[in-house]
Amino acid sequence: MAAAIEASTAAIPPVRRVPDRFRTLTAVVAATAPLVLVVIVAILYQQAAPSVRHFGLGFLTGVDWNPVTDSFGALPAIFGTVATSFVALALAVPVGVAVAVVLAEQGQTTIRGILGTGIELLAAIPSVVYGIWALYVLAPWSFAHLEVPISDRFGFIGWLSQPGVRSLFNASLVLAVMILPTLSAISREVIKAVPRGLKESAVALGATWWETTWRVMLPSARAGIFGATILALGRALGETIAVTMVIGNRYAIPPSIFSPAYTLASVIANEFSEATGTLYPAALIELGLVLILVTLVVNIVALLLVRSTSREASRAA
Amino acid sequence: MNRNVRRRYASTVWLGLMYLLTVVALIPLGLVLWFTISKGLPPVLHIEFFTNPFRPFGIPGGGVSHAIVGTGILVGLASLMAIPIGVLGGVYVAEYAVDPWASWVRLASDVLVGTPSIAIGLFAYALVVVPMHHFSGIAGSVALAILMLPIIIRTTEGAVALVPNGLRESGLALGLPRWRVSLQLIVPAAAPGVITGALLAVARASGETAPLLFTTLGNTLFKVNPVADQIQALPLTVYQYALLPYKSLQDQAWGAALVLVVMVLITNLLSRWALRRQIRLAGQL
Repeated sequence: MAAAIEASTAAIPPVRRVPDRFRTLTAVVAATAPLVLVVIVAILYQQAAPSVRHFGLGFLTGVDWNPVTDSFGALPAIFGTVATSFVALALAVPVGVAVAVVLAEQGQTTIRGILGTGIELLAAIPSVVYGIWALYVLAPWSFAHLEVPISDRFGFIGWLSQPGVRSLFNASLVLAVMILPTLSAISREVIKAVPRGLKESAVALGATWWETTWRVMLPSARAGIFGATILALGRALGETIAVTMVIGNRYAIPPSIFSPAYTLASVIANEFSEATGTLYPAALIELGLVLILVTLVVNIVALLLVRSTSREASRAA
Repeated sequence: MNRNVRRRYASTVWLGLMYLLTVVALIPLGLVLWFTISKGLPPVLHIEFFTNPFRPFGIPGGGVSHAIVGTGILVGLASLMAIPIGVLGGVYVAEYAVDPWASWVRLASDVLVGTPSIAIGLFAYALVVVPMHHFSGIAGSVALAILMLPIIIRTTEGAVALVPNGLRESGLALGLPRWRVSLQLIVPAAAPGVITGALLAVARASGETAPLLFTTLGNTLFKVNPVADQIQALPLTVYQYALLPYKSLQDQAWGAALVLVVMVLITNLLSRWALRRQIRLAGQL
């Protein structure tokens, strides 16, 4: 019997495996994306090499930025970048999650469609347009109606004193507006990915809309919302033009959030095309290297978090 | 008050608050549009704004024609580089989704989307400006192409994945080779979605300033040769003029911002329309 089967299968001619050249070709073309990513880091490292060798790790903790004496340190720019981004997150996360909750509601009503389109258009507006608006409209308004009243009342706290039109706070304000669409779009997706059964069970137990949202939906989507927050953080860290236009561009750790400051990206934007010598441009590129490495880590962590939540959700469903 | 009534009221209050916050989130959109239109419209209403290039402060009749044409050239060249690579890459990621390499490409694209555009500008500087020894339009285009690439890869992938498997299987059953199935059956069926991606990428690239700062650098003259010359772009115009102390140039910055916003919004609406066609088309197949 076994021999008969063997004989019959042997009679079938072996399938001629055609090498899938299309697959090879497109795979090579697709390699552009990972390749570019690797080459960006490699080339920036190579260009920053003089500064990396000269300053070593001290570059990250140095507070000087003096092209005349060739003395460069990144700490004030790192501080400014991190501070603007976190203040922006603090402002944007509550609003962004509320938007996501509203947009993730079931049933396609007209009003939700309009709101969703509006939020998406917010993401489409170019950064420089936010910049000019922030420079001429938002920053003067925020100075008069937020910074001055707050520092009048709470100015005895050092980091709420010294209001100024160009300030770390105003840069954070415009950043908050700019990261909101990222935050709400991804949070909406993860909230939507929460299995229907969970929500229905809560409703069946008599929970109100808010109890369902607050105690069931949001906790299940927690990791994904956290991922969306980190993704927005990555955007905020790297945002250049709008921040450069309102932050005041002063290379020092600011005494107050209402004081002018500087970020990694704005230092590069302002100074790179005029940097001469060897060490000065290399130091600027090293700032870029610091920025890109931080955003790479932040982005990868965020993507893994968002993916793991949606996968978990689909498994539960 | 009855506890359950209180719970129901609380729920309604919270629901209202959530909607309120959503409306608050849209206030900046309204304000940005309002100020761009009200401040940008007066300069845009002069025909010289579109027909003349830069004129120094004090000489009337200056415009941004050099920047509008320049943005067209820079983004056009970037599209020529990014769209073919992006579409083929997207087809690979969707058609061979089970390949481990495809998931690496996907991850790299997602990371690349979030890479700071200023770092991409530095990269294009090192890659193109340093060997050429001068700033040029082509360096700016390379930077923009890198920005566009991941957007096109991901949207193409999404559009191809929407095409029903039956179409793929019928092509293969007829004995067509994989490349003909992909390029002659799947891509045409996914065309509206692919166009959506290209449009979104073009919109993003036309609005970017940071990668152009030290690649094309900008120009006050009307220049069209991307290899030999620095080329002006609209977002650069907004950035440079807005920071100048001259009222007439600040007005032109608002005008340029308005042109930019209108361009970007039109491209976005077009892409939505294309996406809706895609979804309808996929439903019919």
